[in-house]
Amino acid sequence: MITVIAIVTDGLVYAAWLFVVAIGLTLIFGVMKILNVAHGAFYAFGAYAAATAIGLYFDRGWPVAGGYLVVATAAIAIGLLMGYILERVFLRRVYGKDEVVVVLITYALFLILEDVLILIWGTDGRSAYQPYTEAGSFTVGGLPLSVYDIGLVGFAGLLAIVASYTIKKTTFGRLLTAVIYDRETAAAFGVDVSRVYTVTFLVGAVLGALGGALTAPKISVTPGLGVEVIVLAFAVVAIGGMGSMEGALVGALIVGLFRAGAVHLIPQLELFSIYAVMALVLVFRPQGLFSRAQPRKI
Amino acid sequence: MQRTSVRACLARRVSAAVLFAALPFAAVAQTAPAAAPVKLGIVTFLTGPAAGPFGIPGRNSAEIMIEMLNAGKVPAPYATAGLAGAPIVPKFVDENGSTANQVTEFRNLVQRDGMNAVVGYVSSGNCLAVAPVAEELKALTVFWDCGTPRIFEERPLKYVFRATPHATMDSVAAARYALKRFPDLASYSGINQNYAWGQDSWRDFVAAMKSLAPKTTVDKELLPKLFAGEFGAEISALLTTNSKVVHSSFWDGDLESFIVQNGARGLPARSTMIYTAGETAMFRLGAKIPDGTILGARGPHGVMAPDTPLNKWFRGVYEDRFATAPTYPAYHMAQSILGLKAAWDKAAADKGGQQPAIDDVVKAFEGLEFEGPSAKIRMAIGNGHQGIADIAYGSFKFNKAENKAEIVDIVRYPAECVNPPANMTSTAWLEAGMPGAKCN
Amino acid sequence: MTGLRILLGALILGGLGAAAPFTPLWLISLVTLAMSTGLVVCGLIILWRGGLVPFGQALFFATGAYTVALSGRWFGMTDAFLLVALAVIMAALVAFVVGFLLAQYREIFFAMLSLALSMILYGVLVKSETLGSTDGINVAQASFLGMKPRGPGYTFALFWLALGMVFSAWLGVSAYLNSVAGQLAGAIRDNEIRVEYLGISVTNLVHLKLTISAALAGAGGGLAALSISHVDPQMAYWTTSGGFVFVTILAGAASVPAAFLGALLFEIVRTIAVALLPGGWQLILGSVLLLTILFVPEGLGSLMIRKRAAVAEKGAA
Repeated sequence: MITVIAIVTDGLVYAAWLFVVAIGLTLIFGVMKILNVAHGAFYAFGAYAAATAIGLYFDRGWPVAGGYLVVATAAIAIGLLMGYILERVFLRRVYGKDEVVVVLITYALFLILEDVLILIWGTDGRSAYQPYTEAGSFTVGGLPLSVYDIGLVGFAGLLAIVASYTIKKTTFGRLLTAVIYDRETAAAFGVDVSRVYTVTFLVGAVLGALGGALTAPKISVTPGLGVEVIVLAFAVVAIGGMGSMEGALVGALIVGLFRAGAVHLIPQLELFSIYAVMALVLVFRPQGLFSRAQPRKI
Repeated sequence: MQRTSVRACLARRVSAAVLFAALPFAAVAQTAPAAAPVKLGIVTFLTGPAAGPFGIPGRNSAEIMIEMLNAGKVPAPYATAGLAGAPIVPKFVDENGSTANQVTEFRNLVQRDGMNAVVGYVSSGNCLAVAPVAEELKALTVFWDCGTPRIFEERPLKYVFRATPHATMDSVAAARYALKRFPDLASYSGINQNYAWGQDSWRDFVAAMKSLAPKTTVDKELLPKLFAGEFGAEISALLTTNSKVVHSSFWDGDLESFIVQNGARGLPARSTMIYTAGETAMFRLGAKIPDGTILGARGPHGVMAPDTPLNKWFRGVYEDRFATAPTYPAYHMAQSILGLKAAWDKAAADKGGQQPAIDDVVKAFEGLEFEGPSAKIRMAIGNGHQGIADIAYGSFKFNKAENKAEIVDIVRYPAECVNPPANMTSTAWLEAGMPGAKCN
Repeated sequence: MTGLRILLGALILGGLGAAAPFTPLWLISLVTLAMSTGLVVCGLIILWRGGLVPFGQALFFATGAYTVALSGRWFGMTDAFLLVALAVIMAALVAFVVGFLLAQYREIFFAMLSLALSMILYGVLVKSETLGSTDGINVAQASFLGMKPRGPGYTFALFWLALGMVFSAWLGVSAYLNSVAGQLAGAIRDNEIRVEYLGISVTNLVHLKLTISAALAGAGGGLAALSISHVDPQMAYWTTSGGFVFVTILAGAASVPAAFLGALLFEIVRTIAVALLPGGWQLILGSVLLLTILFVPEGLGSLMIRKRAAVAEKGAA
């Protein structure tokens, strides 16, 4: 019984993390058709910024509750800054070019940003665990769980609801959907595609940074943080369908539960779990689970 | 008489001034060794995740040791300057990148840059790839940190040395210490990174436990991805077992994340953790590590090192320069460089004080015994190319009164207790029940 | 490809081969390794012309490399020609099998699925202690048709082998690109459906291209294994694939020699960056890539073609 509880909670916690990390990537790809390899850099910078901010905050002995706000603020600030610089200076020049060329630009930016990270923060890891440990733990069926982890699940759920509401109910969300479906037609209808792109990229960057910032209190933030995350985020986005919020959610849940099950029941499979799921989904639904099949244009 | 004496006085003053001005030059001319400099390549992680815990302490240690050696300021028996009088000129190369890159850079160091010797490599994969190239190029190479026992067990090597013991002793000593603390241990679990280092560490630990306490069983064998960072599922799995002891060879980011996460969920209350490479995290995490956690330092390094003059000196100069205490990678690098110096000096002495050729140094290095800052190293296995030394394990304790991280209940295991003998591979030795182990 | 061009190419490569004993050994090793990357890039050019960019070419590269290592370790084979041939065959075989699935995909999904497959191989290699896990396997020194050169002679022998492989690849790939199947790549890139309406199976064509590019990648992997004398799972990791795509962009899809020049340039830039800024070479590499993409998006090969076109224009005028 305890194993079942463990699998479910562990699966949800991991899925929540994957979702927050992947949602920014799928948004950017869905709208701009850019597979943003630099997403790993947003994540890493968000984690470092949050770690630094938390360190500064708790060194002054301020109340714990504010620490969580600090995490979010750090993420938003760095996400906006980086997103703006990257979009304005580099990506603007290559809109409309070959998809692959744009991917490679983001890859080049990722390489550069990895070293910039070390230039700014040095090679030592940073820990800023206060928000994680201060939250405490509670027990369910004999299994201690961390309040922060469960809080993350709640946050991911909230994020999913907010994202879904924004896309479906607000004007901007509907403009976004129009651009996702067909950029040219949307532009023909007078949608300012360039502005939509900028806002989307900024939001995606903030979400990536948020993924890193939320993870920072749980881990030791070290260089090379971004490399692993990119492939995981790609896998989730590929499974769920590029550009689909629900897809990212469902993809994250599938991978999270599968992996938790593997760790508890068949540890040998754990290493392959995500790629195996990805390959399997792509075999049966090449566009991912939730993506709209595109009609072939002749 | 007065005029001459004034002139003489002036002449005396001028010549005195000239002499005083010339003194520094004379001094330099006297202390400057007449020998051509020795070019030493140092390969360590300057970027990437392994830089923080291993690469940079290694680099710092190399920098300070070379500087001190060139100035002749290292205490006895290393008090002469440089390598048999020749000043050392280091060149640092980043170990980050693929194995192909490392092999290329090694060839560049030896063939393009003309390095006389190379001290390098943290990653076992790089060590294994570079070893045959070192033999091909006849380049004197000292591996300073990589842990795999395979280097000298696969084929005999002439130009490659390793002054630090390999990783088998970490897990064997861990098993002995665990059984000393829990003599009635029934079962144990392990969480190690799923790559060669983690797999080998776990396998050695299991084999050691099997021969020391055959009745113990393995509860959970967890091998998460390297740099997974997020161990929720693994911690849940460990919480569901009743293991009194959990073995882990985690390092740096994974180690610290794991400690933070399992602490928040109360795992240490149920199981005692053994971190075979845990010493690197003790100062950074301080009180976050629960009292009683068993920590290893891949040797009797750091706070577990004995208070010898050499160790005191080493800690002193390292802390003065880098504002932090040296951790085990710094010790590994220091003892590798000192081993090289000992061999070089011995080869020079055998040649009557002349600068030795590389082959002379190789001959002197084989089977050498020398003092490191924390232990005596004997190049006793691997045909005289692999060093063995003692190891220490202890239990962590946070001294609240002095706000200091300490290790108590330190047990030091002699080299022959935890290292395989010269004629057996580590795997064979472990599987045979560690015959010939001499523990006190 | 005219007989004149072939002769010219043979002369250039022959000249390089003859220059070997007078060149520093480290440079020869560097160039050999660059040529192994160049072979993989040749394969990528074939695919890129068809509008496909796989992010998992490391799968075939690693297959070739491990084939060489394991054939030596398990079957005691040492002949370099045999080993490389085996590497090519194994990689092509894997591509043939995998191609049934992979050839159905296009664009970003093609890239992602090939990435997933290469990461699965990576996982298998890391997990497998028999295959050495992340420590990898050493490759014993090879023999060449019974001869066993050692020391500098071995470096030369590998270099000449590499030159031979480059020459064969150049002939083969150029012939392919000029053939009907090769020329159709552009058509597939522009509008696949119309090609199908012409009565040609695009899936079969892509399958063929995949197999050929895998064979080249396998050859590159085998050569790399012999040159470094070591194989490890990192050869199947996505950053290795990324490196190959990087060089492809640098070189451009215009011509085959550009692939090798691009690979050489990349290796030289990397080595200089490491020597210049030991702690910041990734920065330099990323910047080089960025500048190339922004200002020379068609790659260096396009510079050569532009120049040739300009010369031709001047000649015609």
